[in-house]
Parts: sequence; structure tokens; C-alpha cells
Amino acid sequence: MTEIKVSKPQKYSKIYSLGAARGSVRVTNDEIAGPIDSSDEWIRQRTGIITRTRANEEETLVSLAVAAGQEAIEKSGVSPEQIDLVIVSTISFPFATPASAPLIATELGIPSAAAYDISAACAGYCYGIAQTDSMIRSGLSKYALVIGAEKLSDFINPADRTISFLLGDGAGAAVVGPSDTPGISKSVWGSDGSQWDKVGMTNSILDFKAGGEWPTLVQEGRTVFRWAVWEMVKAAKEALEEAGITVDQLSALVTHQANMRIVDEFAKQLELPESVVVAKDIETTGNTSAASIPLAMHRLLSEKKVESGGLALQIGFGAGLAYAAQVVVLP
Amino acid sequence: MAHSEADVLAGLAELVNEETGIAADLVQPEKSFTDDLDIDSISMMTIVVNAEDKFDVKIPDEEVTNLVTVKDAVDFIIGAQG
Repeated sequence: MTEIKVSKPQKYSKIYSLGAARGSVRVTNDEIAGPIDSSDEWIRQRTGIITRTRANEEETLVSLAVAAGQEAIEKSGVSPEQIDLVIVSTISFPFATPASAPLIATELGIPSAAAYDISAACAGYCYGIAQTDSMIRSGLSKYALVIGAEKLSDFINPADRTISFLLGDGAGAAVVGPSDTPGISKSVWGSDGSQWDKVGMTNSILDFKAGGEWPTLVQEGRTVFRWAVWEMVKAAKEALEEAGITVDQLSALVTHQANMRIVDEFAKQLELPESVVVAKDIETTGNTSAASIPLAMHRLLSEKKVESGGLALQIGFGAGLAYAAQVVVLP
Repeated sequence: MAHSEADVLAGLAELVNEETGIAADLVQPEKSFTDDLDIDSISMMTIVVNAEDKFDVKIPDEEVTNLVTVKDAVDFIIGAQG
């Protein structure tokens, strides 16, 4: 039998560069406290958020994603023509089809890449990194662009006290490509559909079509908090094991920026030494779902709180309930 | 080993103190977690998870809303002990 050719595998992949774009409107706690009968102090105490960035009328999910993608490509040394795969993770692109990725790729001058969206909410960026790592090492892709992009302000209810007041808009991007040394560890990922209803939309677009309310985001805070800390710390420890490192070898912990209380408790349960920098971008950006991890890592690097070449544990978790974690070498 | 009511109250008071800094002697049976002790839902959940470990019991999420007073929590933990 004639043997067919297959893709030529690469040994390792790594993140080459990151890009970031946040909504240009800084929304203070005072501006949103009224409808939830709250105050700046209450919101700061319970969430650690001082401001959240939201899109203005001109900014769209696509424009934020393009801005983040552009920065990542410029910093990567890879030309748009060389990128053969674009994965956009989002829950807030307002078309079920077509996906946002082909449009974003075209606007970035990427001519003919495989391009598609994934929906894994706050775990989505790490799902994207897991996919690109695997595809690059298999030889299916050479250079890939992963973007987490959200315009969550289209799906909030100002009177909702469970999650809306946490949310911001933004996009974070990473160029991923082949490497001579390991740059992304084996991903630890999974989901728990038995808790599908614990965080997500209030209803479907079919309910809306039938005269129901516009779907907005909502969560059962207690259940999500317990899962996000105590269950996800187990996943984080597993990811460290898969990477063959211990917690003291990390430069940074970059969790999904859900709530500062979750970030703090997570770091406590993981028993991080003081040498590990904990990303706290949520303080001024808010919770941007799929965009939050690349935005937070980008901030750590641009503020020089961590150095290129250090190790970071990144872990995304949220609606699904879905999660993914991996150790990456900082670009 | 089953814990006595006094043990559970003292243990809970210790957990409340660790999480919130509230003096353990203020954690009395009749006190409401939210109205009297001003404990928010995230701190309450942390106390619940730590109480599960300390007393080797399961406190389901849906049960937590019923734990209004310290006595409610003590009674639940006593009843849930194997």
C-alpha cells in the first residue's frame, strides 16, 4: 500500500510575544454602584476592583482583537503572511456564524490562515494555547495567533449583583511558534457540565426571540468561588507536576482575573513563596473573561514585574464549568 | 471522632477569626454571620470549606444559605458528623 505523507512534527512550541488592548472607557465603582444599591467601598472590599475598562461606542470586539493582535505580531518578529492559524476565544461576538477569527485575520493582513472561534469562556485563552501548542508540535501549524477577546458590556445587566459589576472589555493576544527548547508544558484541562448552570447567560437568544429578556451574564457566586479556588488549585498543582517543576520555580502566577478575592485565596492555597509575582490586573481592568490572562501577563511584562524567560503558571476557569492550565515560558 | 457542641463553637470561632480578624469571643451562637458579624459571602464560603476540613463533614453549597446564625452552623456540623 502506498504510504501517505504526514506533517513534520516540531519538538517544542513557545509564546513569542503578547499584545493587549483594553476598552478606552475607565468605569469607576461610583458610576455603577447605584443600580446594585452598593458603594465604591463595598465593591472594592468584595472584589478588589477599583475601575473596569469598557469599550466606547466605536470600539468593537473585532477592533479590540485587531489592536491586541497587531501588537503581538509586531513584537514577534513573525510577519502576518507567516501566520497559518488564528484562534479567537470569545463568548461575546454577536454572530453565531461566521466566526470572528477570519475577519480579525483579514484585518491583520493574515491572508489565508485557518481561523475559527472557540467558546470556553474564562478558560478560553488557555484552551487556545493548548490547541496551538499541540498543532505546532504536530507540524499542522507553524506560527499561530491566539486571541482572547471580549466585549462583555453588551451582555450585562446593571442591576445584577452577581457578576455584571465585575466585567470589562478587552483583548489579549499571543503569537505562538516553534522552539528549540520547551516553552509550553502539557496542558491540564477539563470541564464539569453538571455545573453548567452555575455561571453563564440568563437565557438563550431563542428565549429573546420569543419575547424574553436580552441574555445577560449571571453566576452563583458561592458555588463558583468554591470551585474556582479549591478545585482549581488541584488543577494548578497538576499542571506544575506535568511541567516537572515546583511552585518556588515560578516567576509568576497568572490566574483568570475573576475577582481579587479568588486570586488572593488561590495564591494562599497554592502556598506561593513571596518570590512569585501574582497578577492582579483585575484591579483596574475588571474581569474580561477570555482576555484576562493575556492582559494580566502583558501587564506584568510591560511593568517589568517579571522578566522574559521566567516561568509562569497560567490557569483559566469559568463557565462550563471549563478550565485549563499550563506552565509557559514568559515571552 | 465526634466533636462536642463546645468544640465546634470554639473551632468555628477560630476559623472566623482567621478569615476576618473578628475576635473569637464575639462569635456566639445567637450571632448572625451577615447582620451581626458582617461576614460576606466569599468569606463565608472560605469559612465553610475550612470547617469541612476541620470537622470532617460536607456542607453543600445549597445548605450554606440556611446557615444564618452561628448556632445554625454548629447544629449542622454536629448533625453531619459521622
